[in-house]
Amino acid sequence: MNSLKTITALFKKDLLLEIRQQYSFYGVLLYVSSTIFVLYLAMGQPEDEVWNGLFWMIQLFVCVNAVAKSFLQESKGRMLYFYSIAGPRDFILSKLLFNALLMLIMSIMSLLLFLLLMGNPLRQPLQFIGLATLGGVSLSVVFTFLAAIASKAQQQAALMAILGFPIIIPQLLLLMKIATIAFSSVIQAGLGQMVLLLIALDAMVVVLSIILFPFLWKD
Amino acid sequence: MIRKSWWKTLSVVLLIYTFTAGFLIKVPHVGNLYGSIRNFFFHVPMWFGMMVLFLISVIYAIKHLRNPTIDSDIYSKEYAKTGTVFGVLGLITGSIWANYTWGEAWSNDPKQLLAAISLLIYAAYFILRNSITDIDKRGRIGAVYNVFACAMLFPTLWIIPRMVESLHPGGQGVEGNPGMGGKDLDATMRVVFWPAVIGWTLLGVWITTLKIRFEQLKEKQTVNV
Repeated sequence: MNSLKTITALFKKDLLLEIRQQYSFYGVLLYVSSTIFVLYLAMGQPEDEVWNGLFWMIQLFVCVNAVAKSFLQESKGRMLYFYSIAGPRDFILSKLLFNALLMLIMSIMSLLLFLLLMGNPLRQPLQFIGLATLGGVSLSVVFTFLAAIASKAQQQAALMAILGFPIIIPQLLLLMKIATIAFSSVIQAGLGQMVLLLIALDAMVVVLSIILFPFLWKD
Repeated sequence: MIRKSWWKTLSVVLLIYTFTAGFLIKVPHVGNLYGSIRNFFFHVPMWFGMMVLFLISVIYAIKHLRNPTIDSDIYSKEYAKTGTVFGVLGLITGSIWANYTWGEAWSNDPKQLLAAISLLIYAAYFILRNSITDIDKRGRIGAVYNVFACAMLFPTLWIIPRMVESLHPGGQGVEGNPGMGGKDLDATMRVVFWPAVIGWTLLGVWITTLKIRFEQLKEKQTVNV
């Protein structure tokens, strides 16, 4: 029960920091909207496949920008302070939760902007919303762990991209493949299997980050 | 055991056997493969070797996390390096094969893409290592990433390729196991295939042990200076 308390406390701290500073949320929001606006200027209203591909690419870049901050903003001194008051597992769990929430909101926001600017090719919007949230969470989980790794090295921001892009491709491929269902009224076979695989992948990343983060933490 | 020479001899003997028998035995007639099926003795063992080497690398990474020593770090790094070389060779042999059977060397087949991605994941491992200057930190963070990279091999190499359509055996709609070739691997093929796998893998381990000794020597020199 104690660790649950710590997790909620750390989570609240991140949330409070976000609400008070309103820096990263609006920063990322501006990033999302300006990118989608540029896309709109460049492509107008693209076809289904292009729409789908662009949507997930935007998600990827948003995630890199939104999640990377979570570890980079913590200074060495503050990390030491967290070290003295909380365990590494609580710390990473609170970060995972917070980033998942952040990405959840960002996914919905960018989906709305996409629908507004790039047209609405979705035949099954509800499924796509569900998938966008699931996709946002899975991206955030992977990038949270990678941000934790990258924060220990030099040139953190560049390293995030180098580490993240190869690792995220399997997930993105799965997401894009599943997302095609939202564009047609026919239900594809083997869909449940793919969604389960995606969830299993997320679970694996979460478990790995809980196991491995204590080693990153020691400094 | 690792310093003994019998397994090195075994590796050489098996590889000589692979190269002679592999090109000389009567191979079964499978689909449009014709004589190119002999590539099976070179292409598939590369992936077997890569997986074994990555597995050894991750074992040393876990060892390093439990009890950090410079040696376990060197072992982990060098096995990953040789594994990556094997993976690249597997990709190249696969491309040559694809050139004759699929019509082009690189056709963006899911198997090719995901294999390339898994190699990129390992390439990032070396970049991550080089970006950290502190030796202890480099070993620890490298080991953490190594475990993570190994875990990512499961979906990229073993799960997703089986779920999507592919020209390669083992995909959706194509029967067989991606590694073993399923029913296609009849007795005559097996006689050469398994010795080839063992031979190539031992060669990989041999190369790695040499590199490890070289790295250890370098390490000793920097300590002494």
